[in-house]
Amino acid sequence: MAHDGYFFRSRRGLPPELVEAQVRVEAIAKGYGLDFCEIVFEMCDYDEINMIASYGGFPSRYPHWRWGMDFLQMRKGYEYGLQKIYEMVINTVPSYAYLLDNNTFMDQKLVMAHVTGHVDFFTNSSWFRHTNRKMLDQMANHSARVRRHIDAQGVSPVEQFIDACLSIETLIDPYLHHIRRSRSRSESDIERGSLQSGVVKLPARSYMDKYINPPEYLAAQRAKQAREMHQMQRFPESRLRDVMLFVLQNGQLARWQQDVMGIIRDEAIYFAPQAQTKIMNEGWASYWHTTMMTRDLLEDSEVIDYADHHSGTVTMRPGSINPYKIGIELFRHIEERWNKGQFGKEWLDCDDVVVKRDWNTEAGLGRQKIFDVRRTHNDVTFIDEFLTEDFVREQGLFTYEYDKRAGHYKVDSREFRAVKQKLLSMLSNRGNPRIFVTDGNHANRGELELTHEHEGSDMQLQWAEQTLRNVAHLWGRPVHLVTQVDDVRVVLHHDGTEFKADGLKKRRRTKR
Amino acid sequence: MILNIENDLNRFKEIVKGKVRKDLRRYMSSGEMIGRQGNRRVSIPLPQIGIPRFRYGKNETGGVGQGEGEAGDPVGEPGDGSGQAGDQSGTHAIEAEITIEELAEIMREELALPRIEPRGSKQISSQRDRYTGISKLGPEALRHNKRTFREALKRQIASGSYAPARPVIVPIKDDKRYRSWKTRPEPQSAAVILYMMDVSGSMGDEQKEIVRLEAFWIDTWLRHNYKNVETRFIIHDASAKEVPRDVFFRTKESGGTLISSAYTLAVKILEEDYPAAEWNIYPFHFSDGDNWSANDTQACMTLLEGHLLPVSNQFSYGQVDSEYGSGQFYKDLNQRFGDDERVVTSRIPKREAIMDSIKEFLSNGK
Repeated sequence: MAHDGYFFRSRRGLPPELVEAQVRVEAIAKGYGLDFCEIVFEMCDYDEINMIASYGGFPSRYPHWRWGMDFLQMRKGYEYGLQKIYEMVINTVPSYAYLLDNNTFMDQKLVMAHVTGHVDFFTNSSWFRHTNRKMLDQMANHSARVRRHIDAQGVSPVEQFIDACLSIETLIDPYLHHIRRSRSRSESDIERGSLQSGVVKLPARSYMDKYINPPEYLAAQRAKQAREMHQMQRFPESRLRDVMLFVLQNGQLARWQQDVMGIIRDEAIYFAPQAQTKIMNEGWASYWHTTMMTRDLLEDSEVIDYADHHSGTVTMRPGSINPYKIGIELFRHIEERWNKGQFGKEWLDCDDVVVKRDWNTEAGLGRQKIFDVRRTHNDVTFIDEFLTEDFVREQGLFTYEYDKRAGHYKVDSREFRAVKQKLLSMLSNRGNPRIFVTDGNHANRGELELTHEHEGSDMQLQWAEQTLRNVAHLWGRPVHLVTQVDDVRVVLHHDGTEFKADGLKKRRRTKR
Repeated sequence: MILNIENDLNRFKEIVKGKVRKDLRRYMSSGEMIGRQGNRRVSIPLPQIGIPRFRYGKNETGGVGQGEGEAGDPVGEPGDGSGQAGDQSGTHAIEAEITIEELAEIMREELALPRIEPRGSKQISSQRDRYTGISKLGPEALRHNKRTFREALKRQIASGSYAPARPVIVPIKDDKRYRSWKTRPEPQSAAVILYMMDVSGSMGDEQKEIVRLEAFWIDTWLRHNYKNVETRFIIHDASAKEVPRDVFFRTKESGGTLISSAYTLAVKILEEDYPAAEWNIYPFHFSDGDNWSANDTQACMTLLEGHLLPVSNQFSYGQVDSEYGSGQFYKDLNQRFGDDERVVTSRIPKREAIMDSIKEFLSNGK
């Protein structure tokens, strides 16, 4: 094992009965077709597992107070008996998984089965294809670099800078590896060359020229060309999703600051796919732990404890969505549909309720289908493609809204379209506003203009003000944010010391 | 094993205490952890520092839930949807049942509240024995059989005299374990909490919810400190009346506000039912700080000075900001009783301030 040594001074391997259990679980999992890399299980007491969880799964992270805050919260939660972490697994090769040492034997088997599901997902989901599987080393590396900067700059300046970077941590491009956003430099250079050579005329003989290339056409061509030239002189040429990268490349940052920001961006990009596939990943792992436990692993004496544990995992609280529950149910739903052949044109075209209810072509394609789904989909496409009206009804899903007059949340609709719409909007960009860089040289003064793509919900202005303040510190020049409040265009400005809002109605002005 | 986290934890604690990085204090809030007490959910305070990010307003987006209910039915407070990046841990929130005792212990720890000293020397605490531990010596009547046999089993296994096929376990003297007790002072005294609330038109639902939450925690703490706690509820607008608990938190009246009406009724209740020699008396008054006239405020001051303060352990006034309230009463009280230890005033502008305000109310140990 490559990572021996720098983990825990007192790392504990598995006791013999769990080594045996691991061999058994993995053999069964492989039998079902799960495909995973080597898994290294570590036993931890609850302080250790809480620590690792507060570090996001990696025992060596750069120093920062927020790990301490998360740790305190988890420790208190455990001490007060409010929550418990059974297991933690990270996406590396080999994959490390941490087990709580006072779990019962049944819990440990369940967790091992669950973990093989996760690792299979990490290994096969195409959304993880570009993640760094040596992240354990990378994180330790990051930690060493940050510590070096702390030695040179002092604790507070580095920490303050990290805090500011974390403000824009979510403003990265989660599809970075999957979509090519901009044309490469050389391509646009070539085009620029051709544009500068004058108006492009359609080929025509001289006596036909004024018919084929009439003055209006030439004028339109010229206007188009001017527009393109203008576009090209803008900076950036088109709006950018990756605000963090833009600030990193173009902000007024010292060398150490660039290094620290690069580290935070790397880690944010590493974690992005996990956030994008939360429902699928948990659903997949839960699907496999139930399948393996109930069919292969469970002893008679463990049934009650197992049922208790499993129902705790998939329990729904009114007013919120449990990714474990939605994920596992949706996978089962897909499996059943494909087993019965409930897909394709004939199924979709059928309007007869009775026929549809009894539809069963004995296609038996369910298992294969869910393996395909886990390879290609992320949460958004998973819901978009497989959430059906039946499913929404069976699961009792509804949308809720805040009732301003009554002062509480109320059930808004149980209608399929509404539920799906809301789920998708919650999942896209993880329910955060989408922010773009629209001008890196605003008013030709090197100021940064960000634009919020308004999708019906207003931003929290106090938070926006504080965030903008941090962005201004990072950028080194004044920054502006274009957004909407109460359907009116509002521009927020921050120059690092002072905040101003244009277009805001009096009543909504922030208090601070 | 040395946990790397200790450094980060200490750093966080220092920031919370305000020793370093004062710039971060502005993002601090008392976060919470949800537990359950009977049928209601209680939140346990935890200091938190939020990193500012662009995000939607709290009530802007709504969401998707699962369960019963028709369109229009209320749903419980949805959980904060902001998951931690990369959080793959199998964390299960357990809906824990918490006893009043545990809650009070949590409060003491989180808010560093001192134990309340009951007033007057007459209120002597009684002694009470509690069986809390195990010892190797004791009378046979207190023998702990399970522990004794466990010790015997351990010894036999260690010495090799245990035969799994024929499990005979015979404890010897060294194996014997006895229940041991500790003598603890138990407060014997009784207390009455008198809640008064302004229900005039300017107090909205949010304001009442704040009062409800605050009252819950005050109850918890005082019940922890006194054996018998009685609660009485007075609502007032221009006139005051006594109501049962559930009515107290639901009533919505309109019209003016005469605070003195409530104080007069409070004095009457205390005189009739709660002689100051036998009771620890805690009047709490919640209002948005608008009184009808300066004359009435004057009358309130006289009532406080002459009747309420002499009999009370502490008079507490909590001001819940509303859109219409001027907050004048808070200023008036502070002007008059600013130096008087018996009067504690606190402002509660929003839910997040509840914990701070409870701390203000209860940290005197009176």
